[in-house]
Amino acid sequence: MSELLEVKDLCKSYKHKNYWFNKKSTTVLAPISFSVEAHQTLAIIGEAGSGKSTLAKLLVGAEPASGGCIYLNGQALESSSYKQRCQHIRMIFQDSGTTLNPSLTILQLLDEPLKLNTPFDEIKRKELIRTTLQKVGLLGDHMNFYPHMFSGGQKQRISLARAIILQPEVIILDEALASLDPSLRSQMINLLLDLQQQMGLAYILISHNLGIIRHFSDNIMVLSHGEVVESGKTRDVMSNPQHKVTQKLLLTQSFQLKSKRR
Amino acid sequence: MNLLDIRNLSIELINDEQNILAVDKVSLSMKEGEVRGLVGESGSGKSLLAQALVGVLDDKWHVHADRFHWRGIDLLRLSVEERKALLSRDIAMIFQEPMACLDPTTAIGEQLTEAIDSGQLTGFFWQRKQQRQAAAIKLLHKVGIKNHQSCLKSYPHQLTEAKCQRVMIAMALARRPILLIADEPTAAMENTNEGQIFRLLSSLNQLKNMSILLISHDLENITYWTNTITVMYSGQFVEAGTTAQIFNKPLHPYTRALVDSSPSANLHLPSKSRLKTLPGSIPLLQHLPIGCRLGPRCPRAQQACVKAPLVTHFHEHKVSCHFPLTTPTPFTPSPKKIIKGA
Repeated sequence: MSELLEVKDLCKSYKHKNYWFNKKSTTVLAPISFSVEAHQTLAIIGEAGSGKSTLAKLLVGAEPASGGCIYLNGQALESSSYKQRCQHIRMIFQDSGTTLNPSLTILQLLDEPLKLNTPFDEIKRKELIRTTLQKVGLLGDHMNFYPHMFSGGQKQRISLARAIILQPEVIILDEALASLDPSLRSQMINLLLDLQQQMGLAYILISHNLGIIRHFSDNIMVLSHGEVVESGKTRDVMSNPQHKVTQKLLLTQSFQLKSKRR
Repeated sequence: MNLLDIRNLSIELINDEQNILAVDKVSLSMKEGEVRGLVGESGSGKSLLAQALVGVLDDKWHVHADRFHWRGIDLLRLSVEERKALLSRDIAMIFQEPMACLDPTTAIGEQLTEAIDSGQLTGFFWQRKQQRQAAAIKLLHKVGIKNHQSCLKSYPHQLTEAKCQRVMIAMALARRPILLIADEPTAAMENTNEGQIFRLLSSLNQLKNMSILLISHDLENITYWTNTITVMYSGQFVEAGTTAQIFNKPLHPYTRALVDSSPSANLHLPSKSRLKTLPGSIPLLQHLPIGCRLGPRCPRAQQACVKAPLVTHFHEHKVSCHFPLTTPTPFTPSPKKIIKGA
């Protein structure tokens, strides 16, 4: 078993509650299967409404799946066991500033998942928070600060610290790099890559920026209307897109490449 | 003749405790029919500069310039009313987040007809009403919305974001501006929609010879669409030149870092290798470093950097740095003309 995370026939459909007899449902995500190994990054691209974010929500357990299974290290994840899931699969959101509670200090913010999920006492927890903050490139003393005292890039680092503090195996980045400025974004990419090497994390990266995907990911999956239309090694898909949707998505990228060759 | 010529524009925030110099002596010039990119990370004062250009800043902000010429007219000598009349006739602006900028309680048709000024209309009031309607439909066709009937009737939330941005552009075109300022027109937009908006802007530029000032925080997004680029950092002028100069031979360490930090510009790098980037983050307005504001983050900073550097000209390529990366030879061959759409 080399696969860290394996997804089999995961699907999601919403039922319309209006009609009693004529029940209708919309399929957001057709049954899809994929697997991610440790130290690897899977990128997911697609247009708006293609089911990228739904997939992320299903994986992290924010919404129950309509069918299919998720296996982590060969073990099936129950949709109800949040305790098991939140230790292994963590998520970073797009707008890091609004996901941090403004009335709590960083210490309290990072303490919460530890209190709920670990048997550590207060001293041990504090020490763990200190080392985690140092790992993401902040100072240990930053734990007494409030979120508004940090800049956008630092807030993103704090949400990364919150994601890795439970020693997870999979981190889902839902547009986590989109709102950052270019120089901060490359700092963040470097940090994520370092952490991947140190901790053997697997990332699932949802992004629009094809440059980042090209640089960051090993495998790629193209979604369109809830179906996987193309998947494979990033290099192969990028250099030789087969499906129409992929070609259309790559078209914007090719503009930028042309300007470079001048 | 330059369309727009600004020399040493400073914008100061008047505060009780201390005055903050948000934009420090920035020069900007535009030629007719040019697409100029204005690039800077958040907090670099690029939106402030645009707002000062169209004169929508309130009394808290003090705008001061050595020279402010619009098509040869010295705007500093005009009264406020005259200046506003002139600028509102010739300059139009579109904003980021089009959904938020449109009135959510009014149909698109009403908002669009409101933007058409009555100077273009003739005849009695019933004729005027028809002309107004016809002009609105024509504007929608211009920005590539074919289904004008349903678009005019719908409310902003019923349209997609790209369509809303098209409506915003249509409103901006209502007075037939000479200069269009696009303040991050594609922020938070999908790749495909982004391409649509940029293509529309570039076709307007080519067909109507409309100059465009394209503001963006990301250098790599706009290089394909611009002729010239001005880079700003934390309210200071960094570098200006043609797109090819900025991208291929940047002189300022900050521009170099911007180019290096974009993964799609560095295809030669093996994947998953470290990207080159500047340490630290952008300074807050309350804690600006003295002299060159890049100083604390700059890899080439030396003692001289505590004084703000003067702008050095290398033909069309201007840079503001004590220690530019490469000193170009005094004679450079004329820059290659950039053919768009090739």
